[in-house]
Amino acid sequence: MELYELSIHELQDKLREGETTSAEITASVFGRIDAVEKDVRAYITLMRETALAEAERADLAIRKGEMGALTGIPVALKDIFCTKGVRTTCGSRILNNFIPPYDATVVSKLRAAGAVCTGKTNMDEFAMGSSTETSFFGVTRNPWDLERIPGGSSGGSAAAVAAGECIAAFGSDTGGSIRQPAALCGVVGMKPTYGRVSRFGLIAFASSLDQIGPFTKDVEDCAILMNVIAGYDPRESTSVPEAVPDYRRFLGRGIEGWRVGIPKEYFVAGIDPEVEAAVRQAIRAVEGAGAKCMEVSLPHTDYCVAVYYVVAPAEASSNLARYDGVKYGFRSEGNRDLLEMYKKTRSAGFGAEVKRRIMIGTYALSSGYYDAYYRKASQVRGLIKRDFDEAFMTCDVILTPTSPTAAFRIGEKTDDPLQMYLSDIFTISANLAGIPGISVPCGYTESGLPIGVQFLAGHFQEGRLIQFASAFETHAKIERRRPRL
Amino acid sequence: MEYEPVIGLEVHAQLLTDAKIFCGCSTKFGAAPNTHTCPVCLGMPGVLPVLNKKVVEFMMKMALATNCRINRECNFARKNYFYPDLPKGYQISQYASPPAEHGWIEVELNGWKKRIGITRIHMEEDAGKLLHDEINPASYVDLNRTGVPLIEIVSEPDIRSAEEATAYLRRLHEILVYLEICDGNMEEGSFRCDANISLRPAGTEAFGTRTELKNMNSFRNVQRALEYEIKRQQYVLEGGGQVIQETRLWDDTAGVTHSMRSKEDAHDYRYFPDPDLVPVVIVAAWIDAVQKTLPELPLEKRERFVRAYQIPVYDAGVLTASRALADYYEEVVRLSGQPKIASNWVMGDVLRFLNEDKRDIRECPIAPASLAEMIRLIREGTISGKMAKEVSEEMYRTGKTPEAIIKEKGLVQITDEGALTKTIAEVIGKNSEQLAQYRGGKEKVFGFFVGQVMKATRGKANPQLINDLLKKMLAGDK
Ligand SMILES: [Zn+2]
Repeated sequence: MELYELSIHELQDKLREGETTSAEITASVFGRIDAVEKDVRAYITLMRETALAEAERADLAIRKGEMGALTGIPVALKDIFCTKGVRTTCGSRILNNFIPPYDATVVSKLRAAGAVCTGKTNMDEFAMGSSTETSFFGVTRNPWDLERIPGGSSGGSAAAVAAGECIAAFGSDTGGSIRQPAALCGVVGMKPTYGRVSRFGLIAFASSLDQIGPFTKDVEDCAILMNVIAGYDPRESTSVPEAVPDYRRFLGRGIEGWRVGIPKEYFVAGIDPEVEAAVRQAIRAVEGAGAKCMEVSLPHTDYCVAVYYVVAPAEASSNLARYDGVKYGFRSEGNRDLLEMYKKTRSAGFGAEVKRRIMIGTYALSSGYYDAYYRKASQVRGLIKRDFDEAFMTCDVILTPTSPTAAFRIGEKTDDPLQMYLSDIFTISANLAGIPGISVPCGYTESGLPIGVQFLAGHFQEGRLIQFASAFETHAKIERRRPRL
Repeated sequence: MEYEPVIGLEVHAQLLTDAKIFCGCSTKFGAAPNTHTCPVCLGMPGVLPVLNKKVVEFMMKMALATNCRINRECNFARKNYFYPDLPKGYQISQYASPPAEHGWIEVELNGWKKRIGITRIHMEEDAGKLLHDEINPASYVDLNRTGVPLIEIVSEPDIRSAEEATAYLRRLHEILVYLEICDGNMEEGSFRCDANISLRPAGTEAFGTRTELKNMNSFRNVQRALEYEIKRQQYVLEGGGQVIQETRLWDDTAGVTHSMRSKEDAHDYRYFPDPDLVPVVIVAAWIDAVQKTLPELPLEKRERFVRAYQIPVYDAGVLTASRALADYYEEVVRLSGQPKIASNWVMGDVLRFLNEDKRDIRECPIAPASLAEMIRLIREGTISGKMAKEVSEEMYRTGKTPEAIIKEKGLVQITDEGALTKTIAEVIGKNSEQLAQYRGGKEKVFGFFVGQVMKATRGKANPQLINDLLKKMLAGDK
C-alpha cells in the first residue's frame, strides 16, 4: 500500500511509531497528484511548496513530541475557503485573481492542528451545481469513471480523496454539496448541524443553509476532523456555543436497539433501481447490527426542492452583490460609466448557472413577489423542520439514499437545470432543517460506480451519526475498492 | 384655497461608539482614506458581521428618552442596492421588526407645547464616501465611514409647518447630544435629515401626494427647503396641477428644490432578514439597566432650574443648552449658594468670553470653584462689582483663582472704616467750595465727593462704606 492510500488514523499510527514522516506522506500524495491529476483535475490551485514546508515543520514537531490532532496530515480545501495569501476563486472568473488577507476560521483551526494543506479544490461556481461542471476552471472527473462527473458542488474535494490526491478534504454543503459528491465518489462526507462549524471565511452561497464538513476515507477519520473544526466562533453570529464532545468516543459503540426511521417519501419513482437495492441492503445491515427499522413520514418532502430553489437563490442574489468590480476580483475593461462597469463585469465574471440563480433570487425578493415566494418558502421551511422534529420523537436516526442515482455522464444534465436540481432531492431537506447528515459508501453499481447511503439525526447529534455510521461500516462490510486510474 | 402642510421627518444620527457596528474598526472621523477598514467592513468574500452591543444600548437610550416602546426581539434586514460606497451591495438595516416604536417628544413653539409622534427608531450601518476628481476624471472610494453605526428616527406625519419641523429637529438634536450618543455635527454628517412633505386642503383628513426632500445639512436649510417646497406644491395645486411623488434635492445656493428621481425610478430594495445575524433579544433587565444610565433630559432640567433656582425660563433655556454648561452652572451654584448671581455671571461674562473665542464651556479656563469664590468675595465686600469684572477677565485669561489675582493686583477693597474716614476728611478739607454747595442744598455734589474718594483710594474702597461715611461727614456729624 502506498502512503497516499491510507487513512488519517492509519498514518497517525505510523507517524507516532516513527515508521514514516509527514515529508514522506506529503511526497507520496504529490507523487499521486503528478500521476493522476491530469485525468481527474480535482484542484484549481496546488500548494506544493508550502505543503512540503509545512510537512517539514510537522516532522520537527513530531520529533519534539508535539503531535497535534492533524500534525503532518495532507488535506485539501475546497476553493471556497479563504486562505491568507493564497488565491481563492470560488470556481469563478469574478474571483480569478482574489487573494484573501485572512484565513477562514476552519483554515486557522486546521493550521493550528498541524495539518498540511495540499491545495484548493475545484467546485461548481459559487457552489451552485451538483456536478462541478459550472466551474470557470473546467470539469473535475470522477476517479471511478473519467467520463462521469464527481458530483458537486464540492466535486474536487470528493474526487481528490477518492483518487488519493490528498488524505482527507473539506467542502461546504448548502443542499447536498458534501454528501452527494461523497456518495458519487465512494467516500464518507458529513454535513454538520447549522451553527456547529464556523462559516467565517467560507465564501457565502446561501448563508442560512451553508455548512462546512469533511470528506474522509472512513468514519473514524470523519470523527477526527470533526474534533478539529467544530465549535463556537465569536466572529460568526450563527455559530452556536454548544459544547463539542470528543467525536472519537462514539466510534465502535454499537447501535443495539436503535430506532431507525425510513421515510416513505424517499423511496419513490425516480430513484435508480441499483441505488434502491443498495440502500435496502444497508437497511438489512443496520438491522443485523441490532437496530430496529421503522417507517416514518416527512410529509413536506415534496416541497423541499421548490423551497430550496427560492431561499438559496434569494440569499445568493444578495450575497453575490459584492462582486461588482469595485474593490477586488475581475473588472471589465473600457467602461464608459458606473452602470456599464457593473453590467459588463457581472455579465462576463459570472457563469450561466450563477446568473440564472441571481435572477431567480432577485425575482423572489422583489416587491410584489416577496410574499408569494420568499415569505411562503420560509414558512414551508418551518414545516419541513417540524417534520424532522416530529420524526425524531419516534426514531434515533433516519436512513435514506444520498442521491437518486450514481454518478452521471459529463454533460448529461447541463442543459436541463431541473434534472440537475433533482440530484439533491434527498439531501436538501437536511439543510432546510439545519440538521446533520452523513453519507457513507454502501455498495457499487454493476458498472462499478459507488453508491452512498445517508443518515440524518437531530440538531447537534453528530456524535450519534458517527456512532451509527461506524456501526454500519463495521457490519455492512462493504468491499473497499479503489478507483482504477 | 388654504392648504395645510403635512410633514414627517427621517433623521439619521451617527452614534459615538468607539467601534463600528459590525466589526472592530474605529469610527473616528477624518482619518486618511480607507485606514479605518478591515475585511468585514470592506465587504470581502466570506466575512461575517458581529453586532456591537454598545450600538443596541445607544439605540435604547434614545428610545427611552423619546418615550418609545422597546420590542423584546428585533431583526436585521438587508437593503439591497448597488453603489460603490456600499461594499457588500447591501446595507444592513432593520425593516419589518424595528427595536423601538410608538414614541413621542414635546416641542415648544411660540409658547405652545405640541407632542410629535415617533413611529420607530432602528439601527443600521452607514455607507462610505465617494470622492470625485473632476480634473483627471476618476472616482475614489473611501470606506472609513462604512459600518459606522447609525440610528434612524422616523417621525409621524404630525408636523404642520417648517418652524415646527425645525423645532422638532432641534429637540431631537439636543436629546441626542445630551445622551452623549451623537456629536450632532451636521456639517460632518453626524446628524442628517430627510423630509416627507405633502399639502392637503385645510380641514381635510386625506394626505396629498408627497415629495421627499434630501440634502439639507443645517437647521436653517431644513426650514428654507420646507418653506420653498410648501410654496412650490401650493403653486402646483393652485394652478390645477398635481404634485408628483418624487425625491427632490435642496439646492442651498439657488434656494430651490430639484427633482432627483421619480417614483418609477425608485429602488426596489428587496429587503429580507439578514441570515448572517441572529435576532436581537432585549430583556426587561437590560432596559432597566440602560434606563438607570439616562441623564436628566434638557426639558426636565430646564423645568427644574426654573423651579429650584428661581431663574427665568429664558435663563434656564440658555443654561441648559448643553449638558456641560448646565453642569458648570450647577457646580457654581452648589459652591456659591447664589443661583441668581451665578446665572448672571455664567450667562454674562463666561458665555461672552467663550463666544468671542468660539470655545466650548468644557474648555473654559475659569473653574466653577473660582467663579463661586469670586461671587463670595463680592458678597463679603472684599472686592467691588467693578473689580470683579477685572478679576473675571483675568481668571479667563490666566485660569488663576480670584484670590491670587486680587493679591497680585492689590485689588483688595478698603473696608477699614478708620483709614477711609481719614481719606474722606482729607477730600472734604481740600474741597471746601463744594462742601459749601452741598451744605447749601445742592445734593448733586455728593456724586463729586464719591468720585474724589474713589480716586483717592484708586477704586479700592467699598462703595457702600464710602456712601455711608460721606453722608455722615458731609453733614458735619464728624
Ligand atoms: Zn472594519
